[in-house]
Amino acid sequence: MLVFSKMWLEHAVAAGPWHDGPVTSTLPVDYIALTRAQYDALGYQAYQWAERPDPPAWTPMPTLASASVVLIGSGGAYREGQVAYHWKDDTGIRHIPSAEPATDIRVTHFAYDLEPAREDPNIVFPVDRLRELVDEGVIGGLAPTALGCMGGIYSVRRAEQELAPAIVDEVLAMRDAGQADVALFVPV
Amino acid sequence: MCHQTVGLVARALEAAGMPTLCLTAAYSITAAANPPRAAFVDVPLGNTVGRPHDPEFQRDVLRRALAAAQTMDVPGTITDLGVSWDGDGSWKRFASSTGVGSGDGEDDRRQRLDTPQYQYEADRLAAGG
Repeated sequence: MLVFSKMWLEHAVAAGPWHDGPVTSTLPVDYIALTRAQYDALGYQAYQWAERPDPPAWTPMPTLASASVVLIGSGGAYREGQVAYHWKDDTGIRHIPSAEPATDIRVTHFAYDLEPAREDPNIVFPVDRLRELVDEGVIGGLAPTALGCMGGIYSVRRAEQELAPAIVDEVLAMRDAGQADVALFVPV
Repeated sequence: MCHQTVGLVARALEAAGMPTLCLTAAYSITAAANPPRAAFVDVPLGNTVGRPHDPEFQRDVLRRALAAAQTMDVPGTITDLGVSWDGDGSWKRFASSTGVGSGDGEDDRRQRLDTPQYQYEADRLAAGG
């Protein structure tokens, strides 16, 4: 497996209609550059992406084959009967039972093509697949409750000061109840 | 935005003592937010775990990500899982910052409405809205 260095990013080529340069399958699409180009073309001020160059905290990863995983999906997943997210920096959380089939899951989000995920919510909220990986023995278990949120939050302050502490509280409560050892995040 | 939010929340959760793994389909955004462990899936936005109704593709993405997480030992690692969407990467020609719209210079972003945006009208009724 290839591990990119952060420096390498400076040489990444922005793909898409905003750029005429070459595209190869080995280069990731640079969405920061795409957004900048789109905002420039529209005459908008550049969005200030969050940069956290200081090394992140580190907690040792347990052996996954015997660990319980809590799924946290930020693609706007909710369940029928729950209030859907709004699209203006909604920092709410939805509890979604991970034992229920993904067919009961809905998605709403302003910033990606929702059609494929509405066909099969597992591509953004993979509860069915994770249950299968428990059966395969790849992971030890799945926390009974998965967490949904709508990660399209422009305000970095609100993401860090409202959503993050709420998710931390929920997940630590699951850990203390013996339900979760590892958190798996699926952004969209 | 979604990838940025997840990166920041993962940093906070790991700092609170919980090991985390982030999938990512937006390499540069994740690299900027710098979560503890990330697994890069080279797929179009909106398909982080793979193609709809392709369970084996989806399981493969998750197996690769979990195996990668098991061996990461440097904070801030992003491992490319080597997943290919279409073989030649031609989908990237049509990638846009939102995954929707034509990318022809028009403002094709969806309006950021401040009321609940239900998938189905029946959802609104079920939620008492």
